[in-house]
Amino acid sequence: MAVLPVLTYPDPRLKRVAEPVERFDDELRAFVADLECTMEAGPAAVGIAAPQVGRLQRLILVDVSSRPRAAGHGRLVLINPEITAWEGHVVGREGCLSVPDYTGNVIRAERIRLAARDAHGVLTEYAMEGFEARVVQHEIDHLDGLLFLDRVVSRRADLRPRGGRSPAGR
Amino acid sequence: MANWYMLTLVGPDRPGIVARVTDALYHGGCNLGEASMLRLGGNFTVSMMVQHSGDAEALAAAVAPAAHDLGLHLHVDPIRGELHRHVVPDVRVRVHGADRPGIVARVTGALAAAGLDITDLESDVAGSGERPLYVLRIEGVAQHGVKALRAALAGLGDEVDVSLEPVDTVVG
Ligand SMILES: [Zn+2]
Repeated sequence: MAVLPVLTYPDPRLKRVAEPVERFDDELRAFVADLECTMEAGPAAVGIAAPQVGRLQRLILVDVSSRPRAAGHGRLVLINPEITAWEGHVVGREGCLSVPDYTGNVIRAERIRLAARDAHGVLTEYAMEGFEARVVQHEIDHLDGLLFLDRVVSRRADLRPRGGRSPAGR
Repeated sequence: MANWYMLTLVGPDRPGIVARVTDALYHGGCNLGEASMLRLGGNFTVSMMVQHSGDAEALAAAVAPAAHDLGLHLHVDPIRGELHRHVVPDVRVRVHGADRPGIVARVTGALAAAGLDITDLESDVAGSGERPLYVLRIEGVAQHGVKALRAALAGLGDEVDVSLEPVDTVVG
């Protein structure tokens, strides 16, 4: 296992759309192990996406278990993830391993349903909310060539933290 | 370019202030750091970190014509730059209620005594002239934990409508 170098903005690879994973083999699982190693090496990271280390495939890791207030599913390897349902909007603070020394407020869906494969290709569906749902949306953005910088809102954008109305409804 | 300054501009709001001021700074050979520019009431305020090779007088001279044309008061202070040291807030506080003298001092006083280091505070006066409504939003670092802040706010009683929530920041 190895800690891989993390790309930082404005590296153009962070703006590209990643390809679906097609082969669920030992090479893929070795990469997942390296990516886990990389996530653990970062400061308090709760997720990482394959394009952040230059591999343009639809694969993310999410693990919010280090945050005592966040309910979650533990460590997840999410391959070819698809969000199938969204509900609610909430403002929360985000930073990124690829954007050092900057955090900002971003509006995300409060609850999502998600379908994704694991490193063996097994498809699972998840219901997620709050912080874990936010992390998943942040990481899936990386697969679509988006950074949270593309979504940061004014400090004055202040939706209620729970059950907020959508910004479009304001 | 070793010198950092805080440039402060205040005056009646009108379109084009930001463009005109930043153009003057660009042509004056300045680098821009972090900045906050916003409308407060009918006024426009600019607080901007500016890097300039000359002294404070030289920087003021570069901006003065634009400031004069726009009717802005201009102030320049030498500062330390200290970029790339962002502090990430871990708590957010909202206060709202009837506009009352002393509300900000009471809330922030209680929070400061309980260890809140404020990184960002915004307040607005909403409602109407007859019935103003005060809206205050604070982000900061709870140096002694969120519990201490909750206890401090509980001590304020029912006079102010205040809520506090921890902020978990995504790192990913
Ligand atoms: Zn990221």
